[in-house]
Amino acid sequence: MGMGLHNSEVKNPVLRWVDQRLPVVTMIQKEYGTFPTPRNFNYFWNFGALAMINLAIMIATGVFLAMNYTPHTAMAFDSVERIMRDVNYGWLIRYVHMNGASMFFIVVYIHIYRGMYYGSYKTPRELLWMLGVVIFLLMMATAFMGYVLPWGQMSFWGATVITNLFSAVPLIGPEIVTWLWGGFSVDNPTLNRFFSLHYLLPFVITGVVFLHVAALHVTGSNNPLGIEPKDKQDTLPFHPYYTIKDSVGIVAYLAVFAFLVFFMPNYLGHPDNYIPANPLSTPAHIVPEWYFLPFYAILRAVPDKLGGVVLMFASILVWFALPWLDTSKVRSMRFRPIARIFLFLWVISFFVLMYVGARPAEQPYVFIGQLATAYYFLWFLVLLPLLGRLEKPLPLPESISRAVLGARAALPGGGPVPAGAAAKPMDKA
Amino acid sequence: MRSKGLTTMRILKALAVAATVTLGGLTSPALAAGEAPPPPDTRFSFDGFFGTFDRGSLQRGFQVYKEVCSACHAMRQLSYRNLLDIGLTEEQVRALAAQFTVTDGPNDEGNMFERPARLSDRFRRPFANEQAARAANNGAYPPDLSVMVKARPNGADYLYALLTGYKDPPAGFQMQDGMNYNEWFPGHQIAMPNVLNDGQVDFADGTQATVSQMARDVTTFLAWAAEPELETRRQMGVKILIFLAILGGLVYATKRKVWADVKH
Ligand code: HEC
Ligand code: HEM
Repeated sequence: MGMGLHNSEVKNPVLRWVDQRLPVVTMIQKEYGTFPTPRNFNYFWNFGALAMINLAIMIATGVFLAMNYTPHTAMAFDSVERIMRDVNYGWLIRYVHMNGASMFFIVVYIHIYRGMYYGSYKTPRELLWMLGVVIFLLMMATAFMGYVLPWGQMSFWGATVITNLFSAVPLIGPEIVTWLWGGFSVDNPTLNRFFSLHYLLPFVITGVVFLHVAALHVTGSNNPLGIEPKDKQDTLPFHPYYTIKDSVGIVAYLAVFAFLVFFMPNYLGHPDNYIPANPLSTPAHIVPEWYFLPFYAILRAVPDKLGGVVLMFASILVWFALPWLDTSKVRSMRFRPIARIFLFLWVISFFVLMYVGARPAEQPYVFIGQLATAYYFLWFLVLLPLLGRLEKPLPLPESISRAVLGARAALPGGGPVPAGAAAKPMDKA
Repeated sequence: MRSKGLTTMRILKALAVAATVTLGGLTSPALAAGEAPPPPDTRFSFDGFFGTFDRGSLQRGFQVYKEVCSACHAMRQLSYRNLLDIGLTEEQVRALAAQFTVTDGPNDEGNMFERPARLSDRFRRPFANEQAARAANNGAYPPDLSVMVKARPNGADYLYALLTGYKDPPAGFQMQDGMNYNEWFPGHQIAMPNVLNDGQVDFADGTQATVSQMARDVTTFLAWAAEPELETRRQMGVKILIFLAILGGLVYATKRKVWADVKH
């Protein structure tokens, strides 16, 4: 080891030379090789890895689409059809990208729900959680602008409806909308800037994902019991245990993805988007992509435009406050039988909103949407803070290894875990 | 162990609920979009996950498009060369294209000129622009048919129902001038007249040109035009799913092996 060189343990001389100067191999070894990971993950813990893969797939297919796509109102629709017909495997690239957006949201919704159920947002992982919410917001913006690019009827009218929401801003609303459009309606300048931003944002997402993972590697992962690992018995090295378990999840995910792409590529889309955009003809019902429906339903639950917009944004922004709204000392819903029921109800309210968002804005859907919206917020703002104080959680196991291996095999010593106590950064074996 | 089984079940249940609700919610907006009832289910050769396009039907369908629909409807995404995929030979397609005259140019003198169409030319359009199309159709615009089957809910079923759905209006139904009653068109009043009548075209293969036969064939042709990759896509999908099933088995076995001596 020379002066100022990293003390590398890599055997291969070339890799070692690099590693001494830029210890990436050591880092990968430490963060994905020996990284001590709770031994009791279930398959819910696959979804972070799946989301990363999905992001990579979106960027890879997106770059090839962009090589053949034309961001001009007169040519965008046809250029997408050219991709489908004349570019080698263009249909595959496009259908993977299109269904990849849906897969991304399925994966991320499950990932978020996992965090809610097992209390992964609680101290010390608040910032990790909040970075996740930032990623979700960026994903929404990216997917929204991507959907505008093929310039079909839903592209155009979806863009018109959503950008118009900003006109609800008091005083300067209309000016904001003109500024967003780059003109007096959704038109060529809008399409061009959306394309530019649609290309840019995934790389911003990649950056935030990096921070998200960096934060994860400071606190370590949560686990289904929601108690911190205390000693070596509680953890396993990430490799090979979780590399192989993630691989199982990845193959299953690819199978679902492939089924969509090859056998029902347009099932999750709207037929109207195969009608070229026509500013003179409004579709009978303008509906966003399925993954936006719950928020669209919240928007429409309020008779007042500004109120609806505020509530819609609040429905996601409230996630930022989750670490503080949840007052329970116990993380995992496994030990909170009462709170768990109300969380399930919240999930149901989310699906009800998704259903209502796809229906026309008429009774009884409006009323059902208002009920579900009310419960959506009631859970976060009232039930969660109260239940944390009122509910007596079930007794926590002493340690992960004790819960997993049973009392006999567990090591002696180590009293009950102070639930929710700030964990020391894990000792990296 | 018990609690692990429970969690797995819970995960599966959550996924199942998510899938059902999501998919249910997704198909419904499509239905909500039209005021006409959903079209009846018609059997086509390309139905299901393994269906393929019947080549005879495709060729007859093209004939119907060429002899009937192309008087009003363009198909601007298609070129004559694409017809090689429906089982016509290169000579047949060249001869077919040559029946159409297209404008090319400018030539060395700077003039546009007319020439017979070639394989690389797009299908000739019936009208120079939308205004001309409307002027010839009572103000209505016959839409481009290239991706029509993808652009309507239950596209193929709907097209077949539409083409066979011309009826006399029920008593008391107020028809606007120049409109035609159709059972399956949203609102029931369509500007397109009933264009299919028994024996309208002469099929070279001897198939009886009944209205339902022509409707079925032209729908098959339009389904192919909208998704020419369908057969390749499904074949590739089968291979990929088989590959993933085998890979999944191997990966899962490896996972079992790695975890065999670890209680979790
Ligand atoms: C005489 C001209 C004419 C011919 C020939 C014709 N159409 Fe049309 N078609 C129209 C017009 C006009 C419309 C627009 C109807 C409207 O919007 O009310 C239309 C609309 C359609 C639509 C869209 C219906 C919808 O849901 O919006 C389809 C599909 C269609 N035609 C298929 C065909 C097929 C297939 C043929 C050949 C068998 C054909 N048409 C022949 C004039 C024609
Ligand atoms: C966060 C990742 C991404 C998401 C969620 C996303 C989402 C989408 C969506 C929903 C569409 C519309 C699909 C359709 O109906 O056709 C789309 C289209 C498109 N995207 Fe992306 N995208 C992502 C990343 C990218 C990247 C990185 C690029 C380029 C480098 C890109 C380039 C394109 C292009 C050119 C289109 C238009 C072609 C088409 O519509 O198929 N995307 N995207």
